[in-house]
Amino acid sequence: MLSWTCPAPLRHQPRVVMGHGGGGAMSAELVEHIFAPAFGGEVLAQLGDAAAVTLGGARLAFSTDSYVVRPLFFPGGGIGDLAVNGTVNDLAMSGARAAYLSCAFILEEGVEMPVLARVAEAIGAAARAAGVEVATGDTKVVESGHGDGIYVNTAGIGLIPAGVDLRPQRVVPGDVVIVSGAIGAHGVAVMSVREGLEFEAEIESDTAPLGGLVAAMLAVTPDLHVLRDPTRGGLAASLNEIAAAARVGVVVRERAVPVPPAVANACSVLGLDPMYVANEGKLVAFVPPEHADAVLAAMRAHPLGAGAVVIGEAVADHPGTVVARTGLGGTRVVDLPIGEQLPRIC
Amino acid sequence: MKYLEEFQDPGLARRLLDSIHSTVTRPWALMEVCGGQTHTIIRHGIDQLLPEQVELIHGPGCPVCVTPLEVIDKALEIASRPDVIFCSFGDMLRVPGTGRDLFGVRSEGGDVRVVYSPLDALRIAERNPDRQVVFFGIGFETTAPPNAMTVHQARKLGIRNFSLLVSHVRVPPAIDAIMRSPSCRVQAFLAAGHVCSVMGTGEYPRLAEQYQVPIVVTGFEPLDILEGVRRTVLQLERGEHTVDNAYQRAVRPEGNPAALAMLDDVFEVTDRAWRGIGVIPDSGWRLSERYRDFDAEHRFEVSGIDTAEPAACRAGEVLQGLLKPDRCEAFGTVCTPRTPLGATMVSSEGACAAYYLYRRLGAAPARQEATPVV
Repeated sequence: MLSWTCPAPLRHQPRVVMGHGGGGAMSAELVEHIFAPAFGGEVLAQLGDAAAVTLGGARLAFSTDSYVVRPLFFPGGGIGDLAVNGTVNDLAMSGARAAYLSCAFILEEGVEMPVLARVAEAIGAAARAAGVEVATGDTKVVESGHGDGIYVNTAGIGLIPAGVDLRPQRVVPGDVVIVSGAIGAHGVAVMSVREGLEFEAEIESDTAPLGGLVAAMLAVTPDLHVLRDPTRGGLAASLNEIAAAARVGVVVRERAVPVPPAVANACSVLGLDPMYVANEGKLVAFVPPEHADAVLAAMRAHPLGAGAVVIGEAVADHPGTVVARTGLGGTRVVDLPIGEQLPRIC
Repeated sequence: MKYLEEFQDPGLARRLLDSIHSTVTRPWALMEVCGGQTHTIIRHGIDQLLPEQVELIHGPGCPVCVTPLEVIDKALEIASRPDVIFCSFGDMLRVPGTGRDLFGVRSEGGDVRVVYSPLDALRIAERNPDRQVVFFGIGFETTAPPNAMTVHQARKLGIRNFSLLVSHVRVPPAIDAIMRSPSCRVQAFLAAGHVCSVMGTGEYPRLAEQYQVPIVVTGFEPLDILEGVRRTVLQLERGEHTVDNAYQRAVRPEGNPAALAMLDDVFEVTDRAWRGIGVIPDSGWRLSERYRDFDAEHRFEVSGIDTAEPAACRAGEVLQGLLKPDRCEAFGTVCTPRTPLGATMVSSEGACAAYYLYRRLGAAPARQEATPVV
């Protein structure tokens, strides 16, 4: 006799699990249920990649991020590049050019000095390339076995230009969705090294500072509605966050989303969806339709926006939900990832 | 690697869809057995583009979904032991056992690692001779050969600290069980191409004849699925019931002889429980007597497992195509991908998880004109 039963549900996680750091729904729950109520404060409620604050009459973007990537070095970059570009880009999504960074290290006992020096040199080089100064820092050492070599935290500040107001709440139906180039390279590059996977073509991280690209876009019009750099959780997470905060639907034409063949192949092998794979040198913009062509042209004229394309638009239907029109003409919902994307068995 | 763009070509897809639309004259219920095919169907919205009369029933071919709760609980217990490094493919980590999952075990200090091949687990065993390394060997005929080869290698290399927690299942006995169910609605099968690339097609003519159902061996790209549906509908409309290979670039009738020899050496057929369905005779593999000392269940004497299965989840009916996910009382309320009652809501290949996404748009997927967006 066959039975029809299933197990007890997993309602609550009694401990922190990896998914809480995945940039998806579980990360959002941690902020919503633990951090935000504990911290209070109106600025935090913005919940953007960077906070926009007013201080002494100046409008500042303020952001912090920690970097725990393994391995420390990967094709196209390393933890040092990420530590600078990640925070610079969080500030850039507010329209700000990063001015000053802090840089704090948590080092594990036993890390070899040449490795630390290589990371420090990468931070210096990336800061110079981004036009930002590392102005303050800190170092802590934890016992062997209590860390993973090198963790880096950076925080940054920058000035938000007058007339610039980038918030998801400004998005309205009809806005054009533009992505600055091909997606998925960073996540696949790191995974290929981390897991010892070899693909036909080496895939390099796209880590890059986006302040210059954003400045070029704002030079066309300060009236961009929102920018996001789709890091953890990939393009899918960014679009979902914007759709939810703006209370609009988003429709993406899947065939328009640029995915390099090597990334597509790697994702196919691993059972991953490129829409959920991390990027470190790309942005997604919601732009009023009347400015879309000019913004797109300005992006394509910049080295970091040469591959910019329109991938969809904001709509009044299905608010809070991102829908992909598939290449065959069907539709599917592109949901917020729950935790980490997990490679499939077969 | 090719086949990504070519087998997703909108123009060719339209021609196949036109052919299906012009062939169908009445309702048919087809089951795609494999979760990988379910994934392709949902991801590309194929079910919305087919004629109203063609219903795709999502079968029990998701290895994550059908691994029994008892085995998940054994995995959790073994993975919790301080002397164990527990290795698994990624998507098993979030599947709920009784009260927790492998991510939970890891958060409590268990050494749980995601690997991409069982041979990775064997290498971990070589590098950690003072630890017991266990690989979670689940899945269908597709994942069984590399797992068999890994155990074979372990014995050949004398790596004694490696073992396999086995819960392999076989497709043909599941088709048997589905067809024997009194409430079965399935009229044809899209057979899983990757399974047949290992096993060949020899097990299917008997099933096609006994149950008078067309069985079309089908691949995994969108055009593969559409071609499989086209051939299946053609047979149904003509009143035929043969085994047809629509995945010839990967499947030979005799299968993969080297893989079959390895399976014969390392595994033996056994009765196997399917989560949400129950025990299906001869539907699984376990390690053969020659390799029994590599069986984690024996090595760790996992016993006293008290599995608790409340009856709120009806995944078993979903897995047999007897119940649409959105007709389940728990669907979308107490059971969501974030708070899954069962594995069909966890796995990316699970029918319930796929339906949950559509439901957020207010309903099951609306049919659409087959107008590819280029």
